[in-house]
Amino acid sequence: MTAPLVLTGHPGVGEVVEGEALVSAEGFSARYDLDRSTGTIARESHPLYGRSIAGKVLVCPLAKGGFATSWALLDLKSRRLAPVAMLFGWANPVMVQGAVLAGVALMDRLSPDPVAVIRTGDRVRVDPRAARVEVWPMAVPTTTNAR
Amino acid sequence: MRLTAEEEAIRAGRRGEPARRALEMQLAVGDFFGAERMVPVTSAHLTGDPESMGEAGLAFVEDLVRQGARFVVPATTNSCNVDFDLYRSLGQPEEVAEKERRLRALITAMGGTLLTSCANYQALGPPAFGESLAWGDTGAVIYANAVCGARSNFEGGPASYAAALTGRVPAYGMHLDACRRGTHLVQVRDQPRCVSDWGALGVFVGRQLTNYWLVPVFSGIEAAPDADALKHLGATLASYGSLAMFHIVGVTPEARTLDEAFGGRPPRETIAVEPGALERTYSSFVPEKPEVDVVVFGTPHLSIEEIRRLAALLDGATVNPRTMLLLTTSAPIKAMADREGRTRVIEAAGGRIAVGVCYYIMSPREMARRHGLRTIVTDSAKLANIIAAYGYNPIFRPTARCVEAAVAGRIPR
Repeated sequence: MTAPLVLTGHPGVGEVVEGEALVSAEGFSARYDLDRSTGTIARESHPLYGRSIAGKVLVCPLAKGGFATSWALLDLKSRRLAPVAMLFGWANPVMVQGAVLAGVALMDRLSPDPVAVIRTGDRVRVDPRAARVEVWPMAVPTTTNAR
Repeated sequence: MRLTAEEEAIRAGRRGEPARRALEMQLAVGDFFGAERMVPVTSAHLTGDPESMGEAGLAFVEDLVRQGARFVVPATTNSCNVDFDLYRSLGQPEEVAEKERRLRALITAMGGTLLTSCANYQALGPPAFGESLAWGDTGAVIYANAVCGARSNFEGGPASYAAALTGRVPAYGMHLDACRRGTHLVQVRDQPRCVSDWGALGVFVGRQLTNYWLVPVFSGIEAAPDADALKHLGATLASYGSLAMFHIVGVTPEARTLDEAFGGRPPRETIAVEPGALERTYSSFVPEKPEVDVVVFGTPHLSIEEIRRLAALLDGATVNPRTMLLLTTSAPIKAMADREGRTRVIEAAGGRIAVGVCYYIMSPREMARRHGLRTIVTDSAKLANIIAAYGYNPIFRPTARCVEAAVAGRIPR
């Protein structure tokens, strides 16, 4: 196995988790973007429109919007619709408060910028306490096994 | 984090399990943001309505009450999901009302005040300069910081409950001088003329500055805004930009001069609001069809002045029968509107005033299904921003145009 790409920062919240990346060039808010009944992005103009965040490592530049996210993560988790981890350029208080309550791993201010270097489908391991994120790029099909 | 003897006692469980749990959550959040200490707060504004909390959030609060939780500072509630007098006729599910009753009983049991307003600073009165708060509604927080010079971060659902239980919050963000200072200069050359223009200005800036840690400084404002204008500017900046602070040079208390607003540092960038910018902001909300399904005023809650203005615009008019007109405000303001006869005028025109609720937490999906609602017209840029996630086509327009739309049942050109 090849060595992973490593992102470092300052300590985040939550436990060590692994999952598949879901990357957005836009910020995220549970109220502004998400249908919380299904865990899918419901705002039609969002780049992840129609995608489910359940079980994913959600990667985006910013935590947007208001307080609903503080509760939403706990509720989503109880219905198995929460992301396993969230990586932001910058998190805001409501997102961190929600992550702490729900026990969802969260990190921000990572270097290099996760939105720039992680792609949807990559395998990501998040270790908030060690302030470390490891990324294994999604397998790129070669000419022999491509369809 | 350095803890006081009292905070150590809370952490050791000597003030009960709910306060201990609350402090642990606060310490985790404080550590994340590099807080070095806690700061006592004078009040909490609780954010959590059953729609936002979900069943898991309700169960969390039920658990706190079962363990004997008591608030140690005055704690008021934010907007709720139902107006018990109106929810049936509006088509909100009975289940939502039931959850609202459950939550109200829990908050009362902990000693909270059922204010049910997102404009607590207009319903009960604003905080004092320098007061430290644990407020939850983003629009209320930015108003407290920017307009009153009080200090609060966005204390979202569990965080506002935690603060009410411990009487303190971690000292980071808006509690620190450094975070409150300006980062971006906004040169205003398109003067706002009504409250919704201030919302439009908030949209223009909030779409560009989308980070809690940025603070716009507005300069070039010719006429000092009133409290409602500042309410709309703040709520919109908080909504579009997740911002918790702004300054207006010569208006807001920590910006007597440009230099004071920036704390002596140069702005990182300058944003120019050129003539026509506000008009283009309105035009960026594009109607799919000319017919208007619902017109809503009151996100954040209407002040008595706003209700007076709407009553004057609606006096003698008739709302189009296929258009729903809804105003939302707090109970104290509604009582004043009743006493002044404004409610009668608005109802005679075909409008309704809902108390304690905000449209986007009034089961908007179910209401859309029941009444066939798709196009929503509002002078609240914040509502226009939020409601798109609930399957609506939001059209943000100046107040007077919204009233015209309600009467005509069509979007005016």
